[in-house]
Amino acid sequence: MSALVFVENVSHSFGATKVLDAVSLTIAPGSYTVLLGPSGSGKTTLLSILGGFLNPSHGRVLIKGEDCTTMAPAKRPTATVFQDYALFPHMSIGSNVGFGLRMKGVAKAEREAKARDMLGLVGLAQAFDKKPHQLSGGQRQRVALARALVVEPAVLLLDEPLGALDLKLRRQMQDELKAIQRRVGSAFVHVTHDQEEAMALADHVVVMNHGRIEDEGSPERVYGTPATRFSATFMGESTIVPGVTANGVITTALGDFAAPAGASHIAIRPEHMRLGLDISARVSDVVYQGSFKRVTAKPLKAPDIDLLARLPAETQVKPGDEVKFSVDPARVIVLKD
Amino acid sequence: MRAIAALYALALYGFIFLPVAVLVLFSFQGSLFPIPPFNGPSLRWYAAVLGDARLTAGLVNSVLVAALTSALAALLGFLSAWGFARFQLPMSGLLRGLITLPLTVSYLIIGMGLLIFFNWIGMPKSLVAAGIGHVVINLPLCFAILYSQMGDHQANIERAARDLGAKEWQVLTLITAPMLWPALFASFFLAMTFSWDEFVISFLLTRFDTTLPVEIWNLLRAGLNPKTNAVGALVFGVSVVLAIVFEIVAFRKRPA
Repeated sequence: MSALVFVENVSHSFGATKVLDAVSLTIAPGSYTVLLGPSGSGKTTLLSILGGFLNPSHGRVLIKGEDCTTMAPAKRPTATVFQDYALFPHMSIGSNVGFGLRMKGVAKAEREAKARDMLGLVGLAQAFDKKPHQLSGGQRQRVALARALVVEPAVLLLDEPLGALDLKLRRQMQDELKAIQRRVGSAFVHVTHDQEEAMALADHVVVMNHGRIEDEGSPERVYGTPATRFSATFMGESTIVPGVTANGVITTALGDFAAPAGASHIAIRPEHMRLGLDISARVSDVVYQGSFKRVTAKPLKAPDIDLLARLPAETQVKPGDEVKFSVDPARVIVLKD
Repeated sequence: MRAIAALYALALYGFIFLPVAVLVLFSFQGSLFPIPPFNGPSLRWYAAVLGDARLTAGLVNSVLVAALTSALAALLGFLSAWGFARFQLPMSGLLRGLITLPLTVSYLIIGMGLLIFFNWIGMPKSLVAAGIGHVVINLPLCFAILYSQMGDHQANIERAARDLGAKEWQVLTLITAPMLWPALFASFFLAMTFSWDEFVISFLLTRFDTTLPVEIWNLLRAGLNPKTNAVGALVFGVSVVLAIVFEIVAFRKRPA
């Protein structure tokens, strides 16, 4: 496979703090990659290194086969959508979007035509002559997107682009981002700490923690069989139970399951925890969520474990009840530390 | 109680403005002396001012010096503020302190220092020398105003411009300066106000061609007459206009 971006063994420190620790990452052309992690995980630093706003302490960044490690942002085939949009406040929306073309020496008529096209693509054709302060947050976000896309970058970098929007607008912009990405065909690299956003958008999720990549792959793979305990807890909820492994079996408070050597925990997604016969537990909390009930319970044999289950909405259950659960062994995720 | 407060306010404003009011009033005096009784109004002393070649030359010199030195101080202040705001400099705090230090030093000391220095390097007294002095006193002011207006949000906007291919001079001229227009104008006009009625430095550093305040001082040495009042009123009027422009530019409501 021809990689569009290849991050090779990149480390970076701010003073004594190591924010990226030997990170390697491959980005395929036309893919939608989401860097997912808590604050301080190094995801934004990695994005800045891709964009050229930071030079890494160690390692290399190759884009289209060319070493871009210390290349200026303008010279590399990337464009960045900033978290605060960073629109030029004194310029019209049309001039904002056309700015990149103006810097390339494109004639006025042509860059205005292209800016209009790009504004049309993000659904803001009528805003051409307005100023940024006349637009809403969601609209400014689209302008920032159009401004970055108009220079036809091979890689578009998005730094928590939806962070400042309210929930409803965020979900709507997610769908649009994905549609726009399919239409323009650039690779998108998107930083977020919202796992739902990551699952909805990504072809390729990269879970980061403490400056390292904990896990990466398709959202289905990362959610279904997370590589590490952190990845299991950060990407979706689960019941995490420690255990002891011997002879290919991990022994836990919830039962014995097949496991490779070195396994230390099991994780069970709430939708795989069913009413059954095997595990008696005392319900501690029930949250009605419309289409289901989110139930927290403590196993009678191991009351220090929080067992999470997603039960059908019509299930009659209330805090204090004793309920029996079962787990399909095939659905149990075995984790190494 | 209210009456006392009103009386106090009246006394206070009277204290501040009475001397100026009297000066302006007697600039319209009809007779030879700017003392009561008032027997105007008459414009004869304004005509005398405008007919006085030395005063009109001083006026032109003052306008030139004020406009040019303020533009230079605003430009240098802008560049240094940008440097301090955008780059990690060694001993940044100390250097920033040093650049604003002239604000706290008296004009007399600055003027004397420059006089000695110019003597030493063999530079004659002139309007240029005084102009340099005005840049020295106004640069810290322009720097302080502009530095306070440069935030991190603008740094990101500059980054965006760079990302889209703008070179450093394009970032400065197309992005940073236009974003800071209000602060640039405000610092320019404030510097103008200070340069316009600055006396000590101009007095020390000019000889034949000089600025209006120095010419007025020359005139005063010959004794009071309504002509001094008229030229003083003119100077005061220009200062008021500059101050109003500064207020409008600095404090008008800006779009978010």
